[in-house]
Amino acid sequence: MSASTAADDQFYREYILDHYKNPRNYGRLDHPDITHEEDNPLCGDVVGMDFQIRDGVIADIRFHGRGCAISQASASLLTERLKGIALDDAKKIDKNDVLGELGIQISPARIKCALLPLKVLKVGAYGLASDDEDEE
Amino acid sequence: MNTNGARRLDVAAIRKDFPILESGIAYLDSANTSQRPRQVTGAMMDYFEHFNSNIHRAAYHIAEVATERYEGTREKVRAFINAASTKEIIYTRGTTEAINLVAYSWGRKNVRPGDLIVVTILDHHSNIVPWQILAAANGAHIEYVDIDERGELRQDQFRELLEHSPRLVAFGQVSNALGTINPAREMVAAAKAAGSTVLVDGAQGAPHQGVDVQALGCDFYAFSGHKMLGPTGAGILYARRELLEAMDPFQSGGDMIKTVRIEGTTYHDLPWKFEAGTQAIGEVIGLGAAVDYLDALGMDAVRAHEREITEYAYEALSDIEGLTLYGPPPSRRSGVVSFSLDGIHPHDLATIADRDQVCLRAGHHCAMPLMTRLGVAATARASFYVYTQKDEVDRLVGSIKEAQRIFK
Repeated sequence: MSASTAADDQFYREYILDHYKNPRNYGRLDHPDITHEEDNPLCGDVVGMDFQIRDGVIADIRFHGRGCAISQASASLLTERLKGIALDDAKKIDKNDVLGELGIQISPARIKCALLPLKVLKVGAYGLASDDEDEE
Repeated sequence: MNTNGARRLDVAAIRKDFPILESGIAYLDSANTSQRPRQVTGAMMDYFEHFNSNIHRAAYHIAEVATERYEGTREKVRAFINAASTKEIIYTRGTTEAINLVAYSWGRKNVRPGDLIVVTILDHHSNIVPWQILAAANGAHIEYVDIDERGELRQDQFRELLEHSPRLVAFGQVSNALGTINPAREMVAAAKAAGSTVLVDGAQGAPHQGVDVQALGCDFYAFSGHKMLGPTGAGILYARRELLEAMDPFQSGGDMIKTVRIEGTTYHDLPWKFEAGTQAIGEVIGLGAAVDYLDALGMDAVRAHEREITEYAYEALSDIEGLTLYGPPPSRRSGVVSFSLDGIHPHDLATIADRDQVCLRAGHHCAMPLMTRLGVAATARASFYVYTQKDEVDRLVGSIKEAQRIFK
C-alpha cells in the first residue's frame, strides 16, 4: 500500500490544486475558429476548448468545463502549453506530454480524466474543417 | 428463513469469514458487488478441486455430486424467496441477463405496437435499456415514474400511468443509487389490478431485505448472486410458471432441448428450457452457499444491522458542512448513502479515500437518467452490508474531512 500512498500524496500537489481552483485561459472566445467539446460520461467530466488560429498558430485559446481536479487541471495546463504554438505542433502533443506536464502518477481509473483535454485538442484540431461549425 | 427480528448480527464473528477484510480496507461498496465469505469460496473450491465435471449428462460419481449440488442451489433459492416451485427458478449470469431474458422471451411475443411500458427514473440501466430496445423493436413506448424531492417515487404519477393499462411495469425493489426502498407490494398490487405484467428488479432488494415473491405477487423477479455474498456470474430469474411455460427460449443450444431432429426440436422442461449451454456450475454452487450463509444470519437481522449502520452514517454525514445527501431518510432507505461535496468532484474524493483504504464508489452508479434528474453528473456513494461496522463509517468521515482540507 505504501507505493500507492506515496502516489496519492502527490496526486493533489499544490500546483494541480492551483490549476483546478484558478484555471488559466478559462472561458469562451467570441468567434473561435475551432470549438470542440468532449465528455467522459462515466464520471461526468466535461472539457471544451475554443481556438483562435492566425497563420496556422494558436493565437488564443479558452477552455470551459466541469469535473474533477485532474481533468480540469490537465485542461488548464494544456491551454498554457498550446497558446502561441503552431497548430501542427499542437497536433504532435501526445499523452506522455500531457502526463509529464501533470507530473503525478495517475492510476488507471483516472487516466481518462487526465487525457480528456488532449482528446478535445486532437478531435478539435483534426476536425478544423467547417464540419465543426455545422455541428454548432 | 429466520423470523426472529430481535436477533443481532455478530459482526466481529462475521468479519472473520471474510479474508479480504484482513487487509484493513474499509469496504463501502457492497451495492456494487459484495465480498464473499470463506463458506462461499470454499464451496466453489470444493467443486473445482473434487467434483469438477459437467452436470446432467455424465454417468459417473463426481458428475452426480456436481449435478446434485448445482440443482441443490435451486431449492435453496426457492426457499429463500419463497417461490412455489423450483421450476420457477432460472439460473442466469445475473440481474442483467435475467431482465434481458424477460425482455426477449416474454417481451417480443407479448408487447405490441402502441403498448405502454412503465419503468422508473430510479432504475439502473439494466432495468431501462432492455425495455428501450424492446420498445423500439415492437413499437411500444416507455413512461418513467418520476421522484419527489426526497428521492421517492411519485405514487400519484404512477397511479395515473396505470390508468393507461401498461402492458408491463418494471421497477426496482430498492434503488442502488439512493437506497430508496420502494413500496413494492402496493405497487405490484396496483399494477396487477391494472392488468399489467410486473417485473421487480431485486438486485438491491434480495441481498438486503430478502423477498417473498408470492406475497409480493410479481410476475418476474430478478437478482444477482454477487451482490449477496455469492460469486459473479450466477444470478436468478424467478418467473411465475404459467408465464415461463408460454415463453419461448432465450438462448438455445445444448441442455435446453429434449430432442433435436433435423425436422425440428422439442424443448426441455422448466426450468432447463431457459438454461442453454454449459452453465456456471461452480458459481451456482457458490450462490447456494451464499444463500445458506444469509439464511443462517436471518434476513431480518441483516436488514436491522444495515439500518443501524445507515442511520449512523446518515447522522455523521449530515453534520459535515458543504455535504449534500441525496435520497430519503434512513428509515426509508436501504444500506446506501449517496452524497456530494461542494467544490470536490466525487472522483477526487474517492481517490483521497482510497489513500485511507476506504473503498468508495464515485460516478453515476449505472443510473444516468437519475443523475440527470438530480442535476448532478455523479455522486459519491457508500454502501453497507453484513460485515460493515461503524468505525468504517468513521474512516469515511475522516477521508471526507481530509478531502475538504486538501481542497480548501
